[in-house]
Amino acid sequence: MTISIPRSAQAPAAVAATVRATINGHEVEVGSGTTILEAARACGVRIPTLCHHPDLADVGVCRVCVVEVAGQVNLQPSCVFPITQPLEVNTHSPRVAAARRDIIDLLLSEHYGDCRTCARNGTCELQDLAAEYGVDHYRFGQRTEPVFDRDDTGPSIVFDPDKCILCLRCVRTCAELQDVRALGVAGRGAGVRVTTFADLPLSSEFCINCGQCVNRCPTGALTAVDVTAPVRAALEDQRKHVVIQTAPAPRAALGEEFGLPPGTPVTWQLNTALRELGFDKVFDTTFAADLTIMEEGVELIERLYHALVLGEPDVALPMFTSCSPGWVKFLEHAFPDYLPHLSTCKSPQQMFGALIKTWYAERNDFDPADVVSVALMPCVAKKFEAARPELTDSGFADVDFVLTARELAKMLHQQGIDLPAEPRSDFDDPFGTATGSGVIFGATGGVMEAALRTLLELVTGEPVEDLYAHADITPVRGFDDVRLVELTIPDAVGPVPPLIAHLVHDWNWLRGVTLRVAVVHGTATARRVVEDIRAGGHFAGCHFIEFMACPGGCLGGGGQPIPTSLEIRKTRAQAIYAEDAAYGEAGHARKSHENPAVQRLYAELLTDGPGGAISHRLLHTGYTARGTFVATGQRE
Amino acid sequence: MIVRTPLTLAAVQPDSGLHAALGQAPAEVIEELARSGIRGRGGAGFRTGLKWRLAAEAPAPDGRRHVVCNADEGEPGNFKDRALLRVVPDLVFEGMTIGAWSIGATSGVVYLRGEYVYLRQGLEDCLARRRKAGLLGNNILGTPGFDFDIDIRLGSGAYICGEETALLESLEGRRGEPRNRLPYPVVRGLHQAPTIVNNVETFAWVPAILARGASWFVGIGTPGSTGPKLLSVSGDVERPGVYEFPFGVTIGELLEASGGEDAHAVVGGGASGVCIPATDFNRAISYEEVSTGGAIIALGPHRDLLDVAENFLEFFVDESCGQCTPCRLGNPVLLEGVRSLKRGDCTAKRLGELQHLGHTMQATAKCGLGQTSPNFFLSLVDRFGPEILDRVPV
Repeated sequence: MTISIPRSAQAPAAVAATVRATINGHEVEVGSGTTILEAARACGVRIPTLCHHPDLADVGVCRVCVVEVAGQVNLQPSCVFPITQPLEVNTHSPRVAAARRDIIDLLLSEHYGDCRTCARNGTCELQDLAAEYGVDHYRFGQRTEPVFDRDDTGPSIVFDPDKCILCLRCVRTCAELQDVRALGVAGRGAGVRVTTFADLPLSSEFCINCGQCVNRCPTGALTAVDVTAPVRAALEDQRKHVVIQTAPAPRAALGEEFGLPPGTPVTWQLNTALRELGFDKVFDTTFAADLTIMEEGVELIERLYHALVLGEPDVALPMFTSCSPGWVKFLEHAFPDYLPHLSTCKSPQQMFGALIKTWYAERNDFDPADVVSVALMPCVAKKFEAARPELTDSGFADVDFVLTARELAKMLHQQGIDLPAEPRSDFDDPFGTATGSGVIFGATGGVMEAALRTLLELVTGEPVEDLYAHADITPVRGFDDVRLVELTIPDAVGPVPPLIAHLVHDWNWLRGVTLRVAVVHGTATARRVVEDIRAGGHFAGCHFIEFMACPGGCLGGGGQPIPTSLEIRKTRAQAIYAEDAAYGEAGHARKSHENPAVQRLYAELLTDGPGGAISHRLLHTGYTARGTFVATGQRE
Repeated sequence: MIVRTPLTLAAVQPDSGLHAALGQAPAEVIEELARSGIRGRGGAGFRTGLKWRLAAEAPAPDGRRHVVCNADEGEPGNFKDRALLRVVPDLVFEGMTIGAWSIGATSGVVYLRGEYVYLRQGLEDCLARRRKAGLLGNNILGTPGFDFDIDIRLGSGAYICGEETALLESLEGRRGEPRNRLPYPVVRGLHQAPTIVNNVETFAWVPAILARGASWFVGIGTPGSTGPKLLSVSGDVERPGVYEFPFGVTIGELLEASGGEDAHAVVGGGASGVCIPATDFNRAISYEEVSTGGAIIALGPHRDLLDVAENFLEFFVDESCGQCTPCRLGNPVLLEGVRSLKRGDCTAKRLGELQHLGHTMQATAKCGLGQTSPNFFLSLVDRFGPEILDRVPV
């Protein structure tokens, strides 16, 4: 069963009636209510835009997309002009071009900064428009001094208001997609600006560092913290042993930075490229994803046992996933009383980091102080996560540096490495072995699917393929805001596998139990779901819910290549599911508990099993209740 | 401020318009208004009968419709609504009540300019009297099922909230920023419901039209601008104040009445209006010729028109909501341009760029503020060329 909570911003389905429009002489027939912008795109006419973004409701404020509509005295913004009757449009008349040029010149007049030193040099939409409209001098002036302070104090996001052009894509992203509202508008007239609550730095706000604003900023006003310089320095330092783990989502998107169409995976070429950059070992984060499934799966079984068998009334169910650092911080701010519901498992990145600095260093006789642990992530919030004090408790940071896909692309370009042309190579041992289940963590629903594959197989003792063809649990896949799935455990349960025999004696208590699980992405939806739980609604009856902060899950993360749209995210998902399927076709394990490296880890290091004392010391963590508006909070 | 001429509205029999309206079907009331030719007194001049008909016919999914009175009189030089709210508040409320009957609304709001807070108590007292007299509340004047009441809400000092969609945003508790049309407020206005937003003066004339008949109204004014119009005359005149004249009165006649015959120029329509040279003082105030929401500012021979332009543009730089590019960033550029004209260092090429920018702002700004803020500057360049260009270095 799948249900979807409609986005409040979404209009009801358009009326089926169609209307004829003439755009630059092309006749098109479009559904009534289609905007001029959409209609123009449908017939191959590109109208320039700035404040328009395919993920957001249009506001029509930049006025770059104005067009001439026959019969209208003024030019009309094509992004918000619905076609409801036959009309004639000219999108590129001399009058339109001259007006657009004025508007672009105006935007440049308040845009402070030097393109050559900007993180978005080459990918800036304002720069592109200036070139397209032949801006050869600053007709309406240019700022020569900054007006604002640059907010670069946080671990994840840099905000430079001097580069802001007030398109409000960030403000709308933060409100519409994420319902965080860390960014807002203050002032009026020429003094209007994007700002935060009480003008505090973003790192002091209820900001979840998801970086969705970064992904949608047309200029360099919002960027991610760049750590390429210290990573480069570590790579050049001969005393350091520098390892990198790569998450599946950036592998499905990095090709976009090298001119490949979205959805072209570059996993194996990337391994070679990273070694060329100087990394000593290249590991696969999906190993830690498999480990997460073991730990989180056992945690769920324990909670279910306490609730269903022991009848304890205060068991925190549904259990929430904890892989997404944006989601974790969201819950810490918005619903601190729901923190007990959060799995205590560290994210795969942090589990991996902890193992690298301990087990891996020990086995290879490295001083942990000489091991530099880098993570390639689709995520800006992972930078914050790596800096969380509780994740540096061992005396060393579990993870030293988090590189986004964009930062790594920059490093590869600087090194003259043409990623798509690199020969293919495998990951390094001892964490080299991956499964398809770990790979699909990169897409919304992936954690749930991986967990269900393992859970169903452990409990029934039968291959999950007998229940779902090719182990594809498709009901949890897709891009609906929420997917709610019910599965009934069959009466024929299997024996308890030895690995977890210390936890439960048998599975009889799960016979015929209907497990209710849900998958949620985007924190705007997450807020509605948690509020529903608080109100005792449908989701209160769930046992396990996967939450991802970013729309589409990690593949839509704030550290991924720019631009983003639903179409791009869908193609990235296809690449990820194809990689999972390839494991099956090649005869490799697709289920986390079958990962031989994971099995070896439990045999050699985590000898008291999943959820045991050793794994709790290394692989689990705690959370911090934070303020509704600002970031202060007490660690629990 | 002083009302300088007798007001037709002061002589209208109280509640006679409402009685007349309730004796007719809503559609007939709207038809009567349409026949009267009355157009919006706030300045835009939209046909009131048509506006009300659109709101009455628009689907209201939850059954709600709203009547909103725009009393956010913020145009510099305009103050005739303030006079009406003091002299004939009953007529304004009566007009709103007729509006509610016409479109099927149950709630009304007066959005009162923040600086007019001192009028609030008087208006509340008036509303209380009307409720007591059965002119507001449930089953108004014994008409079963006709329930309507009015709430007074204060603005907070933003000029832009006089723009009807910014006003609605403000009423809903958000930043006062204009919305995109389409849809228009008559289709989706306050809280997504069909809403009529009319100026104070427009509402005040409605009972008069219903009481005296559309033909009475049509008999006054010009064919395209029916009825009398209240005008706020200020500036370099001996007798500033509120004047009532039929539409079609010339600027010269108005200056004569107010003692401003030696005016060098007149601003028609406040800060967002145009600058009219003396050679045009024979032109008529009407939607067809010199359109104004009411403000007429006389500029004496000693006035430097660039000072006036600078003053107006300073106002717009501050009062723009800052939402759309042309208005937020265009007004500061025009302001700097006017200052450069004053300094005498504006080249002819620069002036041409500024004019082009002004036209771009008119054509591309999101709302009336940005579309009209260049008016004064552009009219200055067009009509007072020698006076301005004198200072352009060759």
